[in-house]
Amino acid sequence: MFESPHSVRPALATQGYLADDRIAQVVFLADRLDKPVLVEGPAGVGKTELAKAVAGATGRRLIRLQCYEGLDESKALYEWNYRKQLLRLQADQGREWSEIEADIFAEDFLLTRPLLAAIRSPEPVVLLIDEVDRVEVETEALMLEVLSDFQVSIPELGTIAASSQPSVYLTSNNTRELSEALKRRCLFLHIGYPSIEREREILLTRVPGLAEALADRISRFVAGVRSQSLRKPPSVSESVDWARTLLALGMAEIDGSVITDTLHVLLKHQADIERVADGLVEGTAAG
Amino acid sequence: MVAFLTGFIDELRQAGIPVSMVEAVDAARAMAHVDIGSRSALKAALGATLVKSARHVDSFEAAFEAFFSLAPPEGTEAEQLALGDASAVAGAGGGGAGEGDIAGLVAALFLALRDGDHGLMRAVARLAVSRLAGMEPGRPVGGAYYLYRVLRPLDLDELGKRLRSELEAPQLSAVEARLIAEEVERRLEEFREALRAEIRRRLVADRGRAAVARTLRRPLVEDIDLTTVTREDLSRLEAAIHPLTRKLATRLARRRRRGRVGRLDFRRTVRASLQTGGVPIDPRFRAPRPTKPEIVLLTDISGSVATFARFTMQFVYAIAAQLSRVRAFAFIDTIDEVSRFFGPGVDFGDALRRVGTEAEVVWLDGHSDYGNAFGRFLEADFDAITPRTVVIVTGDARTNYHDPNVAALVRIASAARSLYWLNPERRRYWDTGDSVMGIYGAVCDEVHEVRNLRQLERFVERVAIPVTRPVRRLA
Repeated sequence: MFESPHSVRPALATQGYLADDRIAQVVFLADRLDKPVLVEGPAGVGKTELAKAVAGATGRRLIRLQCYEGLDESKALYEWNYRKQLLRLQADQGREWSEIEADIFAEDFLLTRPLLAAIRSPEPVVLLIDEVDRVEVETEALMLEVLSDFQVSIPELGTIAASSQPSVYLTSNNTRELSEALKRRCLFLHIGYPSIEREREILLTRVPGLAEALADRISRFVAGVRSQSLRKPPSVSESVDWARTLLALGMAEIDGSVITDTLHVLLKHQADIERVADGLVEGTAAG
Repeated sequence: MVAFLTGFIDELRQAGIPVSMVEAVDAARAMAHVDIGSRSALKAALGATLVKSARHVDSFEAAFEAFFSLAPPEGTEAEQLALGDASAVAGAGGGGAGEGDIAGLVAALFLALRDGDHGLMRAVARLAVSRLAGMEPGRPVGGAYYLYRVLRPLDLDELGKRLRSELEAPQLSAVEARLIAEEVERRLEEFREALRAEIRRRLVADRGRAAVARTLRRPLVEDIDLTTVTREDLSRLEAAIHPLTRKLATRLARRRRRGRVGRLDFRRTVRASLQTGGVPIDPRFRAPRPTKPEIVLLTDISGSVATFARFTMQFVYAIAAQLSRVRAFAFIDTIDEVSRFFGPGVDFGDALRRVGTEAEVVWLDGHSDYGNAFGRFLEADFDAITPRTVVIVTGDARTNYHDPNVAALVRIASAARSLYWLNPERRRYWDTGDSVMGIYGAVCDEVHEVRNLRQLERFVERVAIPVTRPVRRLA
């Protein structure tokens, strides 16, 4: 779907996603090697956005499986439509069981869930398995068959192989160690906070009407904030929010008072806000 | 290429990164699709296929730098490059940049950093290394030594000051000044990185890739020895500890929620059986209520074990939600409760600083005195210990030849549910010199050698969710 690694960046850029060199390389490799990508990194750096952008750039449908604790087979893979089966049984009263059995365990009675849907789709899709670290280890095992062989085994029907190869993206917030088996099957992509230049570009794309000088200031200031030891460093989405706030307030410059007034958009812990604001006050004293 | 790749994978495994056969095959397949001439493409491909955890990225990068650094040019090409560098530097420095002319180098570097001229900066880095590092072939010295030799005469601190004053316009707001200071620091760091890369290149050319990779090898964060930690490692530890403790807390919460089912609820089972004609098809259980332990932490915070003490406290406070109560006491030669400094919403670093400055832990001379600390604890805070309390003592049990006062520890042990001792020293140094670990150890339920984060994490997890109730010996 991508010609070369160099064509990935412009393609993603059309979707408003600015990839760096490494991200582009991994996306390209995943496509060539037909491997899922495990995207890891702090919250709010655009892990989910990446999958959406890949779907948009390649014109494929996005199928999303949001993981949560307690997610099971019937929510992730497939489920039999019991009600419909019951109705069928009632309608078919008097027929031989052997006939009916073949009838009610047919694909008509199968409710496809995201994983199965991704595999059965006639045209290739992008499958996004979001926050995979939230499911239990046992559920993870469910996904392994899908991820490595692109097939699903249903006892009553046999094995359903993929009619088209989906590109799979898994995201993880790293709240627990994923199993070795899962990691082995994936390419690994760690997305950290962007460089100053890239963040500036992101701000300019995401916040229309933002002056270039201000975007530059913001990205440099945010980079400085991130280098301090904070409980929750500002994510990209938060710096975008901050830029929007400043724009809405009509600020062309950022100075100490503006920052202390709007810092709560960028930082979400009182201790962090105090620490960053504190530095500014000291700076005033020194300057 | 295959031999090269296997050599590289071998190095990764040596450095502690688990690389499976499948992953090695993937890496080889990936090679077919990337532009091998591009270093960044190669790094992305190898990184994505071989490294599967953010914790291993550091070690991967160190190995990659050694294995895939560009060889320095040789022969006439090298001379040309050196000449070009010299003339570029001379042009910028505005003077004859002769042998050992440091002023010229500094002037050129100043211009390069001020204007953000990357080409000139690299030229200065190359020239500075060839002139100042004094690298000799075959000399068994690490890169850090050469870097130090180059940096000392260049005096980057002074240069940073000059850069800041040059870039700062008068009447600058505080924010602006801060942005500039950060920008200067970034450029200096970029120059340091250029120096490191240049030194590495020359070392590789001299000794070969595998040897340099060995010297650059960095232990994984969880394996760093907490008692002999360097400043650089300490910042890596600090970066790693937060995700680690968060992971532990989620894991504990999850296990507590999902743990085994509770006891049979007879009344509800009978009630439910009425629906099935009195046959108890569907047994009902009580909700499980695993006990949350109450923890009293006694930590020696004297210099030798301070780092270890702080990480222990950080771990315990990170999982405070999984415990019914935590009280922390710090001691050197006397003891003081430090729980008041910690709490929800309090920055951990601040709390530690306050422990260091405000807690009254020094009585006479500021050398550890376990006996006196335990004695004082009995006098002042003995009521902190109930039969539900798990007491954790951390320290190296080096009493500086004071009276160990075992009787006090025996009383603590017999009043508490269990008593654990964590010692950050190597087991083979225990009971040497002034260490009385053997005497104290006899009183404790368990004594552990805990020298890195991995061991610490494992211990804290086990204490937070006890598998079985420890059997108390009679003291």
